[in-house]
Formats: sequence, structure tokens, C-alpha cells
Amino acid sequence: MTALFHALRGLGDELAAHLVLSLAALALGVVIALALTLWAARNHLVARIALGLASLVQTVPALALLALFYPLLLSLSALIGGRIPALGFLPALLALALYAVLPILRNGVTGLARLDPAVREAADAVGMTRAQKLRWVEAPLVAPFVIAGIRTAAVWTIGAATLATTVGATSLGDPIFAGLQTQDWVLVLAGCLASAALALAADATIAMIERGIGARRPGLAWLGASIVAVALAWALIPKRASERETLVIGAKNFSEQYILARLMGERLTRAGYAVDYREGLGSAVVFKALMAGDVDAYVEYAGTLWTSEMGRSDNPPPEQMRAEIARYLIGKGGARLLGPLGFENAYAFAMRQPEAQRRSIATLDDLSRASPQLTLGTDLEFLDRPEWAAVRRAYPFRFARQKRYSPTFMYRALGSSDADVITAFSSDGRIAADRLTVLADPKRAIPNYDAILLVSARCASQPKCMDALRPLVGGITVEAMREANFLVDRDRDKQSPAAAAGWLAANTGLAR
Amino acid sequence: MGPEIRFDRVSRSFGAVTAVDEVSLTIAPGSFVALVGESGSGKSTLLRAINRLDEDATRSGIILLGGEDVTALPPPLLRRRIGYVFQSIGLFPHMSVAQNIAVGRRVRGERMDDAALAALLDQVGLPADFAKRMPRELSGGQQQRVGIARALAIEPEVLLLDEPFAALDPVTRDALGKTVRRLHDARGLTTILVTHDMAEALLLADRVIVLARGRIVADAAPPELAAGRAGLEAEALVAVPREQAARLAALGR
Repeated sequence: MTALFHALRGLGDELAAHLVLSLAALALGVVIALALTLWAARNHLVARIALGLASLVQTVPALALLALFYPLLLSLSALIGGRIPALGFLPALLALALYAVLPILRNGVTGLARLDPAVREAADAVGMTRAQKLRWVEAPLVAPFVIAGIRTAAVWTIGAATLATTVGATSLGDPIFAGLQTQDWVLVLAGCLASAALALAADATIAMIERGIGARRPGLAWLGASIVAVALAWALIPKRASERETLVIGAKNFSEQYILARLMGERLTRAGYAVDYREGLGSAVVFKALMAGDVDAYVEYAGTLWTSEMGRSDNPPPEQMRAEIARYLIGKGGARLLGPLGFENAYAFAMRQPEAQRRSIATLDDLSRASPQLTLGTDLEFLDRPEWAAVRRAYPFRFARQKRYSPTFMYRALGSSDADVITAFSSDGRIAADRLTVLADPKRAIPNYDAILLVSARCASQPKCMDALRPLVGGITVEAMREANFLVDRDRDKQSPAAAAGWLAANTGLAR
Repeated sequence: MGPEIRFDRVSRSFGAVTAVDEVSLTIAPGSFVALVGESGSGKSTLLRAINRLDEDATRSGIILLGGEDVTALPPPLLRRRIGYVFQSIGLFPHMSVAQNIAVGRRVRGERMDDAALAALLDQVGLPADFAKRMPRELSGGQQQRVGIARALAIEPEVLLLDEPFAALDPVTRDALGKTVRRLHDARGLTTILVTHDMAEALLLADRVIVLARGRIVADAAPPELAAGRAGLEAEALVAVPREQAARLAALGR
């Protein structure tokens, strides 16, 4: 209980950012929806098309809509040669605003359609112009419908804004996603509670405005509007006004990434920078963000860049691969490869030891033979990655079933026998802790996944930044990383990523 | 005194149906004319052509209001000079009685003072304290009294009434009819009343025009109609109230 309270108290920044993002998206959604409603009121075809499009948008999962806006803004930014910030606030704002349009538009159009024809006729008969009719008759009579739509949209937007974390916007999704990955359920609960409370509060406040207007009690409506204004003002007060230069550290969505981000952040803070974290990003998003300068540093894995970004399917020795990656980054302009951290986090096919023994499976060749009786559990992206294609070319797998999990649940699935073999990560502490058997790759189909530190052009141009991060190169052994990962991933006595980063620093000589 | 209203070969079709078929008609200044006919006879269409609520009716014919073509002005400006009352009343539900009555003035950018409002409420038979009420707090008859006040607040010279009493009970209907006739006389309006009720037409109007299938089939003063001298189609409509009156009289004996 105290842990939950503590977690909630630490969510001030996320709450403020969530509020600003939701309100901005709602405001934009209202503007778009009202403009469309007015247009639809004059034209049946427009009404049908607008409603159809808005409904279509609604069927796209919010997560996908957010993810789609990121590359869209990137290419738009490239097109006009200017710098549209593609990561963070803007894509989240646009996607959420689109999401907010439907309930408002639908209610607006319904309200107009329900308007008593006699009232319209009376408005015409007394000689109102179109504008007068809109202002004096249609708008006030449709307003209750529209406000009800805004209420619905507000609740939706606040809920969906938790997903903005995945495109790098700070929100109450940060604790939810971080907690999910590190199995810190208190953090997840805190994020959910805060977001639900915000949604309820917004609903109640708009209801107050609605009642104020409906019952002709302007005082009540103004009170509601004031509550919104005060909340917005609070959210917009800079929380940690910093005159120091701010660097952004990116992290993908698993424990190791959270830990390494904190480790880098700690060092950069000591070097005199202010640090912002963008955590829980997808692989493609975080790399593009680095190239665009939206992220200043993050840890990538050589094989991921090699296959996904560079589209290579050969498998050269690690040094040669790194050299080519470094050249590739310089060729693309901007980012730099600072160096390898010293450990590898490769995809490793892992099984429960007794099961592997019983079926006498030790290599991927053995696995391939046994695959028709087995279920493969993977993380969310593996089956779509080029590595999977490469592995399948080398070993003709025919698994009975293939299931995707978020990494944490993938290990659980192996433990509960929902999966017989998983695509584990070689730096994961759970491989040793769960006594898993890692299968050998005799045909070397899986490329190497040396952890490599990538920095933006901005960081690369500042000796202070480079000096702060350089000691990490070659500084982390796979044993140390496993141990640190396990501190976060284990079920009992879990540590936060920041604490694990502290442990890692202390135990690898990086603290000094 | 209200203006003359002249129709010159006015037609209006809805698809294949001809609602008004080349009607030519002159209504004298200051007269009270009733247009009578069954549903679909074209009487409402003809009325709504005057203030161009039916804009298509003035495409194939000319309507002159006081000698001036009604299409010379944009519709809103034309309508601001004409009082219009209709069956579904159409009070603005979010406005008080006072705001409803003053709306025509407001549209013209004018204000309506409390004294004028009270006087108008009195003329349509409503107490002055009704001004603050909302339409939903009124009975149907009271609502239509507000509707009439709204039409008259702009001091029009022409009053168009489209089945204004059709949805009201007989007692209210009779009282409102008398109110309208009194206001017509007091203000010297040119009034056109559309109704399907021949008795109402005979008792209120100076001249009754019977429409059928979009054409004028009878045009006479009430005494002529009542005497059965206005043709077969009119006689069919007059016969009903005449016979009812006779039976009522017989009941009382």
C-alpha cells in the first residue's frame, strides 16, 4: 500500500504531461469535429463520408494509429526539408485528436438531424440568415449533444493517451509500460489508477459544464471551465526548470534497455546535462529517432541494425560487422557508433532442461526435427524479423504452434508449458535462474547481437557527452548484465531499473 | 393598410405531381382571404410561395407584393416584412416567451422594449408575466398565441397563416380565430388563412377561395358559399358544416 502511494506520488510529471497531451488532442479533435459537423450540416454526402472516415479511424487500434503517425511525420518532415519533431508530442497529439473526432462528430450530426423541422422553419420564416440560424438556433440546440460527445471523447482520449509512451511522448503510460516489462505491478497499478482518476475527473468536470449550460446556470459552467483552466495551468508550469542542456536517452521495451538507459542517464547527469528518457520505444522507432536527432543515445544490438535497417543477410565476424555499421551510420549522416559495451544479447532458442534432455535436443538441428510436436513462443516482433527468415532458411522448422508474448510473459509461458521452446535473450538473467538449456546454432544462422552504443550527431560533437559515455564501451560483461537484468526481472525482491543501473555501475568499476 | 398580393400563372410540381397549376389570383389590400381545400390541394404551397419558404414556386410565375416582385429581395429580407404562423408553431425551445416574440426584431438588429412586449402579450390574450416562461411550460393554445405574437412583433403588413389552429381543441381554436380576426381588423393587415375547415373559413374570412388539384375551383364571399351559389366542388365542402349546424340546432329544440 505504501509502495503504491509512493509510486503515485512520483507520477507528477507524467500526470502533467498526460493532461496537457489529452487536453491538446481533445481541443484539436473538437475543432476538427465541429468544422466537419458544420460542413456535414449543409451537405448529406459530406456527412456520410465524414462519419464513415471517422468510424474507420476508430477501428484502427489506438496503438497502431500512434505507430503510423511516426513514420508519416518523418517522411513529411523529410519532404519539406524542415524539422517536424516526429517523436513524442506531435504524433501522439495528431493520432489522439483523430481518435477524439468520432464521438463529437457523430453527436453533432445526430443533434442536427434531430432538430425539430418546425424550429428550422420558424427560423427561416422570421428571416434569419444562415449565420443567424446557426448562432441563435442550431448551435444552442445541438450544444448538449456535442458536449455529451466531448465527454465521451475526453474519456477515450485520456485512456488512449497512455499508449503515447510508445511514440516517445511522456504520459501515464510510462509507468504502465515500464511496469509491464519489469513486472513491477505496483507501478502498473499506479499508472492505471492515475489515468482512470484523471478520466473520471475530466468526465465529472465536463458533466458539470454540461449541466450548467443545460439548466441555464452559467455559474456552474464557469466553475467547470475554471477547473479545466487551473488544471491546465498547473500542468504547464515547468516542473524542473533547467538551464542545463537536455539530452534524450532512448530505450526499447525490455528491462536491459531500461537499466542501460538509466546507467547512461546517471553518467550524463553527473557530466552536467539534464536528461529526459523516452522508454518503451519500438526498435524501428528508436533508430529513426536517433537518426532524426530526437534521441541522443541508446543501446542497439548489432544484428538488429544489420538485418532490419541495413537489410543484410550475410553473417560476417563481429568486428567487421561493427565497422560496416559505423560506416553505414556515417553515410546516413548524423549518428555515430561509439563502441560495443562488451556483451551480446542474441536471440537464443531456449528450452526447459528436463524437456530438452527427454527429447535429446541440443542444437537447432535437433529442434528442427522435433518441431512438429512443439510450440514456439517468441517475443512480439521476432516472427516478423529477418532473423527468423534466416534461421528458417538454415533449419526447416515446422512448429505445431507459434505464439507471441511480451518478453516477460514469454518466460512465464515456458515455465507453465504453454510453450516448449522460446526465443530467449542471451543476456537474460532468467536463462541461468530458470536453468534453461540454450540450443547451439551449428550453422551460424543467427547473427551476432553485440550491444553497441549509438549516439546522435549532437552528442558526438560534444566531448563532454562522449567522455561521459565512453567508459561504457567494453565495460559491461555478459555476467554483469545478466545479474543486473535479473535484479529487475526476478519475482521476489525486485529492483527498479535505476537501482539495477546503480548496482551495475558499482560492480563494473563504472561508478568511479 | 396591407398591400395587394397578386399571383400571375404560378405553378409548382413535386416530381410528377402538380401541386399548383398556373394559378392567377389577386388579393385586395387589407382583405382577409381563406384558402380552403383538402390535403394536397396546393393551398399551403401557394401560401409558402409568398414568403418564399417554397423557393421553387416563384420560378415559373410571378408573385407581386404591393406591386413588387417577391424575388427582388433576398429571402431573409423579404421574410422580415411578413408575419407567418403555422400549424407546428415552431417556438424556439431554448428561448423564453419574451425572446421568442422579440426574435424577428432581433434578426433585424432592433430591440423590443418591455412595454411593447406586454402590449403584444395582452393583444394575443396572454398575461404579462408569461414573458419569462419557457415554451415547454405552455399549453398548445398558449404556444400558438406566442406564435401569433412573434409574427406580429415585426409590425408586418401581411399575415400568412398556414393551418394555425389545426392542432388545437375546438374551444381554443374558436377563441384564437376571433383573436386573429380582431388583430387583422385593428392593424389593417392583408391576411391569408390556409385551412381545411370550411366552417372556420366561412366565419373568419371576407373571401373564400377553394382549391382542388392545384386549381381554383371556387372563389366567393362567405354568404354566397353558404347559400350554395359557388359551384359543386365548394358546395361539397360547405354541405358538411351546414348539415352539422342543422343537426345541432335540431338537438336543441
